[in-house]
Amino acid sequence: MNSRWKWTVWRAVAAVILLSGAVAAVRRFTLGLGAVTDLSDGFPWGIWVSFDVMCGVGLAGGGFTISAMVYLFGRERYRSLARPAIFTAFIGYLMVVGGLIFDLGHPWRIWHPMVMWNHHSVMFEVAWCVTLYTTVLAAEVSTMVFERLKMVRSAHIAHNLAVPLTMLAVLLSMLHQSSLGSLFLLVPGRLHALWYTPLLPFLFFLSAIGVGLSMTIVESNLTSRSMGRAVEAQVLRSVARVAAGVYALYVLLRLGDLVWRGQLGALWPVDRAAAFFLLEFACGFVLPLALYARTRVRRNSRWLYHTAQLAVLGFLFNRLNVGITGFEVVSGVRYTPTWEEMSITLSLVTVGVILFALAIRYLPVLEEEKSLAPAFAERQQSQRSLEPAAIRGG
Amino acid sequence: MKAILFDATWCVGCGACVEACAEENGLPAEASPGLHADRYTSLEEHDDTYLRRLCMHCLHPSCVSACPVGALQKTEAGPVTYDFDRCIGCRYCMVACPFSIPRYEWSSLTPRVRKCEMCSARVAEGKPTACAEICPTEATMFGERDEMIALAKQRIAENPDDYSQHIYGLEEAGGTCVLVIGSQELIDTAFDPRVPDEALPEKTWVVLSRIPTAVGVAGVGLVGLNWIIRRRMALMNDTESSNNGGGGR
Repeated sequence: MNSRWKWTVWRAVAAVILLSGAVAAVRRFTLGLGAVTDLSDGFPWGIWVSFDVMCGVGLAGGGFTISAMVYLFGRERYRSLARPAIFTAFIGYLMVVGGLIFDLGHPWRIWHPMVMWNHHSVMFEVAWCVTLYTTVLAAEVSTMVFERLKMVRSAHIAHNLAVPLTMLAVLLSMLHQSSLGSLFLLVPGRLHALWYTPLLPFLFFLSAIGVGLSMTIVESNLTSRSMGRAVEAQVLRSVARVAAGVYALYVLLRLGDLVWRGQLGALWPVDRAAAFFLLEFACGFVLPLALYARTRVRRNSRWLYHTAQLAVLGFLFNRLNVGITGFEVVSGVRYTPTWEEMSITLSLVTVGVILFALAIRYLPVLEEEKSLAPAFAERQQSQRSLEPAAIRGG
Repeated sequence: MKAILFDATWCVGCGACVEACAEENGLPAEASPGLHADRYTSLEEHDDTYLRRLCMHCLHPSCVSACPVGALQKTEAGPVTYDFDRCIGCRYCMVACPFSIPRYEWSSLTPRVRKCEMCSARVAEGKPTACAEICPTEATMFGERDEMIALAKQRIAENPDDYSQHIYGLEEAGGTCVLVIGSQELIDTAFDPRVPDEALPEKTWVVLSRIPTAVGVAGVGLVGLNWIIRRRMALMNDTESSNNGGGGR
């Protein structure tokens, strides 16, 4: 492999971000939260919660969605997307854990929820979901590591675990994605009515599936470009069709919910809350739906790529609105993230991008390790002969 | 269940409660006005009357339900207490509180959540809270919640012109262990109108309590669906191979 290091614009940008992130990190752990954030008693949660945690978890939604389609429901045509999606999810969760380490007042007590239980707390559920699902993702990623290291036996075990791990991934994601919405059920008086709804848990889950599929399209485009390959247009087209369905359901539910709760009036006159809501909902959800639903868009790789990008942005906007705008407009407290908050968040994203770039280069992320195939076949053959005939018979 | 009754009509704004609270809880004697990490209670001026701000010690506290590690507890005697040794600093309690009461030591590297704990140690010994004990005008009273409600009603009945009929805290957020009475104008304007009368932890519990069922149903569903799909695929493979390889009987 080419070992010559070259500076490119993007590498320089990444270096600047990581450098400022490192300075900010040192300041965070020597001066405390108050000195480096714009958080206050009136505004206790900022972008480290709303972006790093809430968006990180959401963007990981492709991991369980695609792997369920492939490993549980036998939709083989999506197989090439499963590993990149799982790896993206793993990075998403690493970003969540990273964000928590900066955001928690006592990061070294991050294990407390494992031994000090309060099953009435949504945050308790969140803590367990983060821990368990990060473990499951690590196990899923380990398959790729074992393959690369030619550890046939371990790789084989990991392969056989794919189905149960995927089931766990689906169950835990279902709980975790929705629990991030449930967190806000407790604050009907503090979150603006345009975003507060009893449906929050379900809407969070559904939008995570939507953004997971969109993320898969974006990330597949990016890898194809960087590896100089043709875009997997056929498969992405199918992903987009599924996404169209998910977005249709989401948009209908969200609109129906506004009508049901009698909150349509909150959109007029257009104040800050209404403007942010309309921008988020129209550009981030309705427009992607309209585009995904069109055959012409799905057939055009460029259009599809941009649609997916728009959907991802819309999702980020939604989570930031729930976590920040929706609280700001009610409390009247203004929150503007400091450079330290921004640079730590950007650093986490940058580390994620670098990890992904390294992974597609050094791990069998894009396709399964071919050299191990004969070894697998052999093992499977010997195993099959041990199975009782009845299973294969009927 | 104990409670604090604050009567804004009787309060002269001397600030003895704030000082006694600081002394009892080891807070700095000198501090800026308002609620913050160094003040568990404060006096707020509304025209010519004063209103005390402090933790309301809800009957069904949102913060207690929110805390993932059980650092916040509702004691049988009434106080909502905080155990720093458990706290991970997620600050969900601060977000959750319908009265926006908990404060944080933002400038500390080992930050604590700060709020009135209703002198839980004193209360356990059968003593009144420091603020109630020191109050020279009986504006802050301490006792059984039932007795405090009766006292509030009595004061309102004796001087109906000076009071709103509304005892703040009787119903708010499902009822609180701090009750406030005062003039019509004060009670109508000094509190956040968005605080509902219902207990809020129920709103997350309806979801949390369904998790075991949801996981069970979804788990069985996934296993079942997976089994059906695999079987169909296996059958298809068998048919194919017998068609291709066997070449009929």
